[in-house]
Amino acid sequence: MSRCSATCRLGRAAVALLVAMLAATAIAAQERRFDVGHAPTSEEFGAWSGSAFPDGTGLPPGQGTAREGAALYREACFVCHGHNARGDQAAALVGGRDTLTESRPKRTVESYWPYATTLWDYTKRSMPYEEPGSLTDDQVYAVVAYVLNLAGLVEEDEIVDADSLPQIRMPNRDGFIPDSRPDTR
Amino acid sequence: MADSKVGSGGVDPAPAADRPSRRSFLRHAGVAAAAAAAGGTTTAAQTARQLGATPREHGERSPHVGSKRWSRAPDATASSSNSPLADSVGIVTPSDLHFERHHTGVPEIDPAEHRLLIHGLVERPLVFTMDDLVRLPAVSRFHFVECSGNSAAEWRPPGRPNVQMSHGLVSCSEWTGVLLSDLLDEVGVQSRASWIVAEGADAGRMSRSVPLQRARDDVILAYGQNGEAVRPEQGYPLRLLVPGCEGSLNVKWLRGIEVASLPAMARDETSKYTDLLPDGRARQFTLVMDAKSVITDPSGEQKLNAPGFHEIRGLAWSGRGRIDRVEVSTDGGGRWVDAELQEPRLPKAFTRFRLPWRWQGAEHVVMSRATDETGYVQPTLAALIEARGMSTIYHHNAIKPWQVHASGEVTNVEV
Repeated sequence: MSRCSATCRLGRAAVALLVAMLAATAIAAQERRFDVGHAPTSEEFGAWSGSAFPDGTGLPPGQGTAREGAALYREACFVCHGHNARGDQAAALVGGRDTLTESRPKRTVESYWPYATTLWDYTKRSMPYEEPGSLTDDQVYAVVAYVLNLAGLVEEDEIVDADSLPQIRMPNRDGFIPDSRPDTR
Repeated sequence: MADSKVGSGGVDPAPAADRPSRRSFLRHAGVAAAAAAAGGTTTAAQTARQLGATPREHGERSPHVGSKRWSRAPDATASSSNSPLADSVGIVTPSDLHFERHHTGVPEIDPAEHRLLIHGLVERPLVFTMDDLVRLPAVSRFHFVECSGNSAAEWRPPGRPNVQMSHGLVSCSEWTGVLLSDLLDEVGVQSRASWIVAEGADAGRMSRSVPLQRARDDVILAYGQNGEAVRPEQGYPLRLLVPGCEGSLNVKWLRGIEVASLPAMARDETSKYTDLLPDGRARQFTLVMDAKSVITDPSGEQKLNAPGFHEIRGLAWSGRGRIDRVEVSTDGGGRWVDAELQEPRLPKAFTRFRLPWRWQGAEHVVMSRATDETGYVQPTLAALIEARGMSTIYHHNAIKPWQVHASGEVTNVEV
């Protein structure tokens, strides 16, 4: 076809660049309608722990054993959850297996909770009641191991960490069903 | 008749110098009162008028109005308080009487320091300040919020003595804020995401998972409540508002939204807020609050002071949409009459119902039954128990009977 001068080539390049820029703008506009908010700094990002999910997502490095957790339990948990986590001012954490069909079911971590990761997540974010968030990740693993040991789900010296915790099969793992309402005429 | 001019002296529009002093005005008032005492015929309207209060920065309720929240454990262990439903008129709950439920107390948060992070399975995690959020397109919508443990004491008779104690963990406000869907578009949700996990900035970092489809629907990040900032007890400066869904899903003091491929299975969606059935299985993520209604006039601990005309009044609501119908029975459920529904009937909001009634001084059991736009009819307690047993305390939405005695006194009753 026709030959193109240097100027012409430059012009074509400029048009191509302009088209590309417009396209990029259009995509950006599509992706971010408002362009408010800012990317979290690593400092800000570190302040947000997120959740520990049943598949282990969100569980941090660290570990603990029931043996290590026993002392911590006495110090931080015993006053509310009582001897051997059988309950006092606060709920029992162990016991109650096979009571869920009774007229007075005992709902505990052992008898009712479907995932061990939930115990880690809740202990980390909300416990101890008076000083939530004060336990280190290792301490949480240890005290979780202690409760799971009382429930007969881990050995006393078994290491509980981000790999092993999601593998623990809770007794009521299959006890939950989706919402089946409406259930009345 | 007493001399009415005595009472008008205080508002004589004369030049200031000629006006009677406040002291002389008060003397006049004293004369009027003395005249009233002597004559015995002067009514309150005829006594001296006194100048009222001058403008104030913010108002207070009349000292004659005693509306207050009620707490089951009014001490340091308290974690909820009930709204005085029988004091309410219309469909809006005054913000300072909105029910409370919190798990680790009400935090005090400086909005200038508050941040919302949206992260997880997103193209670009973003942090939003309150100023950022207020800049975005706003919506204002009326919605009720109900704790799914509301009326939990009514599973077993005799229940609680009045409607505030039995049904007061529900309130309705106009909420203003940003649609969560706008923010999810802003961060760009990845295709494998199917849940969000909301986290509060309260001491215990309360968290709940919401299906992504629901989160994209009508969920609001609310910073406004009834024309002002959200109250601290309701989540100041920012809360999640999932219209029609159980209260605990509406995470207050919202600081984080994590987009995920599965629910967090947080403590408050496994250990709590699940519904154990007689066969030992438990329903999970029973998020929607079914249609419910309750008569607030006449209700427990009230007294009909005389036979004759009374208006039966109450509130109805449904997490599935609008209230289509409320029927009222005054004979314990034998015969039902349609009540009048106050407009506008808004979806997932309180609807006020009313029915004129001529009470002849006899015994009655009064009750109401709501039907929502999906055709769902509020069940009896017997039907609820037949369907679910009595191992769960949540989602009690049964028809509520009240006993009107011949004396006019009203008490809680089950039929």
